[in-house]
Amino acid sequence: MTDTIETVSRQSTRAVLKEFWFYFSVNRGAVIGLFVFLALVLVAVFAPYLTPHDPNMQYRDVFLLPPSWMEGGHVDYLLGTDAVGRDILSRLIMGSRLSLFVGVIVVVIALTGGIILGVIAGYYGGKIDTVIMRIMDVILAFPSLLLALVLVALLGPGLINAMISIAIVLQPHFVRLTRAAVMAEREREYVVAARVAGAGPLRLMFLTILPNCTAPLIVQATLSFSNAILDAAALGFLGMGAQPPTPEWGTMLAEAREFILRAWWVVTFPGVSILITVLAINLIGDGLRDALDPKLKRS
Amino acid sequence: MSLLEIRNLTVEFDTATGPFRALKGVDYTVEKGEVLAIVGESGSGKSVAMLATMGLLPDTATVKADLMTFDGRDLQNLSSKERRNVIGKDISMIFQEPIASLNPCFTVGFQIGEVLKTHLGLQGKDVRNRTIELLKAVGIPQPEKRLSSFPHQMSGGQCQRVMIAMAIACQPKLLIADEPTTALDVTIQKQILDLLINIQSKSEMGLIMITHDMGVVAETADRVVVQYNGEQMEEAGVLELFESPKHPYTKALLSALPERAEGDRLPTVGDFAQAYSKEGGVAL
Amino acid sequence: MFGFILRRIGMLIPTFIGVTLVAFFFIRLLPGDPILLLAGERGISAERYAELQHSFGFDKPVIMQYLDYVVGLFQGDFGMSMVTRRPVWDEFFTLFPATLELSFVAIIIAVFIGIPAGVIAAVKRGSMFDHTVMTGALVGYSMPIFWWALLAIIVFSGWLQWTPVSGRISVMYFFDPVTGFMLIDSLLSDQSGAFASTVSHLILPSCVLATIPMAVIARQTRSAMLEVLGEDYVRTAKAKGLTKLRIIGLHALRNALIPVVTTIGLQVGVLMAGAILTETIFSWPGIGKWMVDSISRRDYQVVQGGLLMIAMLVMTVNLVVDLLYGLINPRIRHN
Repeated sequence: MTDTIETVSRQSTRAVLKEFWFYFSVNRGAVIGLFVFLALVLVAVFAPYLTPHDPNMQYRDVFLLPPSWMEGGHVDYLLGTDAVGRDILSRLIMGSRLSLFVGVIVVVIALTGGIILGVIAGYYGGKIDTVIMRIMDVILAFPSLLLALVLVALLGPGLINAMISIAIVLQPHFVRLTRAAVMAEREREYVVAARVAGAGPLRLMFLTILPNCTAPLIVQATLSFSNAILDAAALGFLGMGAQPPTPEWGTMLAEAREFILRAWWVVTFPGVSILITVLAINLIGDGLRDALDPKLKRS
Repeated sequence: MSLLEIRNLTVEFDTATGPFRALKGVDYTVEKGEVLAIVGESGSGKSVAMLATMGLLPDTATVKADLMTFDGRDLQNLSSKERRNVIGKDISMIFQEPIASLNPCFTVGFQIGEVLKTHLGLQGKDVRNRTIELLKAVGIPQPEKRLSSFPHQMSGGQCQRVMIAMAIACQPKLLIADEPTTALDVTIQKQILDLLINIQSKSEMGLIMITHDMGVVAETADRVVVQYNGEQMEEAGVLELFESPKHPYTKALLSALPERAEGDRLPTVGDFAQAYSKEGGVAL
Repeated sequence: MFGFILRRIGMLIPTFIGVTLVAFFFIRLLPGDPILLLAGERGISAERYAELQHSFGFDKPVIMQYLDYVVGLFQGDFGMSMVTRRPVWDEFFTLFPATLELSFVAIIIAVFIGIPAGVIAAVKRGSMFDHTVMTGALVGYSMPIFWWALLAIIVFSGWLQWTPVSGRISVMYFFDPVTGFMLIDSLLSDQSGAFASTVSHLILPSCVLATIPMAVIARQTRSAMLEVLGEDYVRTAKAKGLTKLRIIGLHALRNALIPVVTTIGLQVGVLMAGAILTETIFSWPGIGKWMVDSISRRDYQVVQGGLLMIAMLVMTVNLVVDLLYGLINPRIRHN
């Protein structure tokens, strides 16, 4: 008897995943984004083995070397070198680790905090809800990058502090989303049934209601992933994020700024890396949105 | 010459699962001053035919007919400009959901006035006066006040009256009513139907009443077309249809009427499926 | 409608209090002694310390300090810049017109390109135009804005030499500011070529700044239009024999604009964030650059005061957008 229930529930999970993949794969852009993203993850994971040179090694005789296909370039330094002779390609590969790391950590922090606060606010309502939402309103009253900048100024420059600041700034979106979803689900019959059956508040909040609110959260998570990467790069660019010589893509752009007219490659390639990463994630996010809520399928 | 004549109309939709034939060769004829009812269940294609005539189907639809003439004019080969001179002026249509069919951002006065300005070229005070006249004619109290009302401020019945006012503004030769009372309260239904019949008989306007309700057919129609699954099952005068229906599907529809119940159990259309399929028609 | 306005303003009060609390505690949360930070002096005598302690009010209980702070705010006292020795309030309003001008032009560009692009993409759904616009929009908001700015400078100022690299106007022009808006002031001054110089300085940064809002607005408009075009009332408009232009441009667009206006309003907050980066790169003397410079110069009173003023600005804009939404949505405006 329990066997059949288990097989049925496993089958239905597979059925749900299959249906999800059907809707997702219809969107060609989303599939391309997914492959690019997976490729990036592989690059990040195997970075130390993929870099042709040590990212921090300064080759004194090859400052500002152009990319290999241009005049003056060298095939050893495929994408050229920066102002202190470091190989740009190696730095970019290492930088992918940092960017993905930033995305993951920020989303995990923002999701966790956002879900907990949102579920509590949505479930209990009343004064608790008001207090939590007002705090979120205060965070949203400040332009996001400015607030992150000020928070980093408070905590001190550095990648970790940048990640914490960005997570705090992105928090309210998750809280609002979770709260709205919880409030919509709170009065549904299955919740009332569980309550009548004797489920306590914790169980109700996190085991009964929350699993049914995941769709918008997943979409928001991908959006925040890409925002986190962009914001971290921006902070790095302003000198408040990852500090030199860390090969974070935004920090690389800060160092490159004075050479924009002399050596365009030092500026272009880190930016292209950011663009490709964020674009891939946004494509996935679009595909997820269409797949998870076919009713809203408008594009 | 008939007012509206359609022969062998087929409509095919391009869908994700392949082409779908909503209409498989149907004929309609409406004479001046005649009320034609097109009756059938959901999915019979009864609305599709009239939407095709009005040119309101989406681009995914392919419309073909041997003949589609209105007042002697070929509707299939009109230019967009010519079509715009006919639709809304000589042929007009009202729909099932009256509140949703009116634009929420504009007042009633604006939306009726639009028709007057576009087709009759009226201006200024004339538009206002004529709009008030129309609102009176459809039975809306305090029409002067209603001019500045928005659709969400009115009931379904009132919105449908406004729709009717817009439809008759240019004294059309043909009015198509697509399930005009289905979404309304039962008490309001009769009022709207009476209004439509009243307007029709006074102006000698042709009226096509699309409905799934045989009761409505009995109350309003002169001739009836019974449709099922994109095909025509039967076509007859209303008295003839009710007294001696020829097609098994029609018989099934009529038997399902509570007024005609015999015995303990109300028959359903499905009860007659076997009889129908033996007659060599499409399986029910 | 009046009740709607009052309620919206009422909801702002707790947020306003929260924002002032954040600003108030900002300095006190920084590592180090707040008095030394505020004074900006390294190593001061004990008496000077006591003096400053009293003048900054640190010898009072925290709640009194907070109330004094808030009272000061209502009198326009947002602190004093250590670097320029001018009140933060004055500095803000000297620099704000530059940011306002830049943002205003950016939002105009974003709206006048984004909305038509979105409308046409929706009407011609699935076409080449649709795909191009949507892909372009996606790339637009996936780009790091500071990189895009640098790239634009490389191409337009470096290779093509069409636009200058920085500033609001060529250094050879100097006139007293009348409104603070260079476009107006340069026209008012009689110096020939001043206006042209202003435009050439304004065009690149405003286009760069407009990129993200333009992308978001285009996508939102398309989305809203697609939804509206499927509504019954659009079918009624067609059945009335109206021209396609009128159906799309009036009946559909008027409804689609309702959610889009909210989006445009939200973009103003995004613009402020984007202005920080754009102004830094183009050396545009606005409040974005001011904030960045003040943080790196440790001019903390400016950071505190500027943060507060910007937050109040964003809150005001959001309020205006909310009210505007209530105005254009007939369901709210007419009971």
